[in-house]
Amino acid sequence: MNASFAELAARERLAAVVDAGSFHEWLPPSERVMSPHLAQLGVPAAFDDGVAIGRARLAGQAIFVAAQEGEFMGGGVGEVHGAKLVGLLRRALRDRPAAVVLLAESGGVRLHEANAGLIAVSEVMRALLDVRAAGIPTLILIGGANGCFGGMGIVARCADTVVMSDIARHAMSGPEVIESAHGAGEFDSRDRALVWRTTGGKHRWLTGDCDALVEDDPHAFRAAAIAALAVHRPMTLADLQQESALLQGRADVDGDNADAVELWSRLGVADAHGVPDLDADEVRVRRPAAMALLANGAA
Amino acid sequence: MDWPTVATRLFGDAHAIVADGDFLGGTATFDGAPVAIVGTTNHAAVGVELALRQARAILATIVDHPGRPLLLLVDTQGQKLRRRDELLGIHRAMAHLACCIDLARRQGHPVVGLVYDQALSGGFITSGLMADACHALPEAEIRVMRVPAMARVTKLPEELLESLSLTNPVFAPGVANYVAMGGVRSLWDGDLAAGLRAALADRDSADRRAEEGAQRGGRRVAADVIRRVLEA
Repeated sequence: MNASFAELAARERLAAVVDAGSFHEWLPPSERVMSPHLAQLGVPAAFDDGVAIGRARLAGQAIFVAAQEGEFMGGGVGEVHGAKLVGLLRRALRDRPAAVVLLAESGGVRLHEANAGLIAVSEVMRALLDVRAAGIPTLILIGGANGCFGGMGIVARCADTVVMSDIARHAMSGPEVIESAHGAGEFDSRDRALVWRTTGGKHRWLTGDCDALVEDDPHAFRAAAIAALAVHRPMTLADLQQESALLQGRADVDGDNADAVELWSRLGVADAHGVPDLDADEVRVRRPAAMALLANGAA
Repeated sequence: MDWPTVATRLFGDAHAIVADGDFLGGTATFDGAPVAIVGTTNHAAVGVELALRQARAILATIVDHPGRPLLLLVDTQGQKLRRRDELLGIHRAMAHLACCIDLARRQGHPVVGLVYDQALSGGFITSGLMADACHALPEAEIRVMRVPAMARVTKLPEELLESLSLTNPVFAPGVANYVAMGGVRSLWDGDLAAGLRAALADRDSADRRAEEGAQRGGRRVAADVIRRVLEA
């Protein structure tokens, strides 16, 4: 029985995914590159501002890697946290590693540094798209307990490949935010089954929003990352036109505010009602062919 | 300022911008050359459909008018807060919009962002903030969230945040703070056409925001951290 990926700390996850002992960290905690904004709020800062970055090897190949720590401010992106990611991505553009792998766990913009965090997330997005446009594969692994939300949720889907565990969540706004805006009738944040079938790994896999679905297991994430190491999806005009049409088509299928199970049925998932009780292996084979095309583009 | 006023002050009568619900699109003539306009109005909540609508308009410009300058007009309350949009992968639709803007830039379209009314979080990050550079009108409002809501979410005293916001642009809404932090390159005050002319003349599409934030003193450490990672 392996450890739960979700329960590991960011550096433990990172160590488990890359080749043993291969991680070399840049701006490690010993250098104390910390948020300049938290002290005046009386909020404890972290010596790494909640993200570890550096180089490593994966299946022998030189990669750049980052891991966000959800235990520190929910993985929220502040000025320094964001700048470390931007620095890593710009360095990747210069040094051309075999891939850039981000173990994402984030609520998005760190509200304690609201304006700086928003701009930082935008800088991360543009830097990641520069790396992708240069033909360097970009991989996002989502398996932390806090999920991947807000601006980081958008950043993640700008990458070539998104890997999720079946217990991970990937979305934009958290259910609590939606509930506070429109009530529990709109989205009941305490209904865990509803939350997971709306934003969880199984749903994202079945509808093509993620490219690999794995168990909550560090070895499974490592294997999926190795499998995606050479996957580069170009973003040509034709690719983006296809993406537009497919996303619109999917939205048209749900013109009436259907539940996830109903949406899966309409998209052609067999025995959609049974999906929440299946494990990742069983769900993996149920993705309709048309949805696989969604995620993999022309490939 | 409402969008028809912005359009008139930029283009006079030489525009055919139309609003369709919360979506803005069309073409204008500026200094004798065509400009494509894509944006939102009514403090739009950007959901899956509105993100895709903007994406299609940008792709159509790339197809039909290669190289034509794009002006992104921003007025958004942020992403739509609905279960259906989350179910349908709003994060992916917004990422798609960002990727379409990115493609336009790579294919040689000058891309100018203008916050003419309101810009919040997710709706802003995949529109104006994806431009070569984003600009704003002085009376526009840019924020992640209002100070009272920020106090509630962070469980910090509202008075503390209010007082810090007087000296630190990180904490408070406002276009001037975004200029100081490098997120907004300039304010278009008075002569809007002069602002657009200058923006179109600036053909450097590299992301200079961290450096500008450091030069202007509003974001003091980001550029230095980026440099240190490159040198580590």
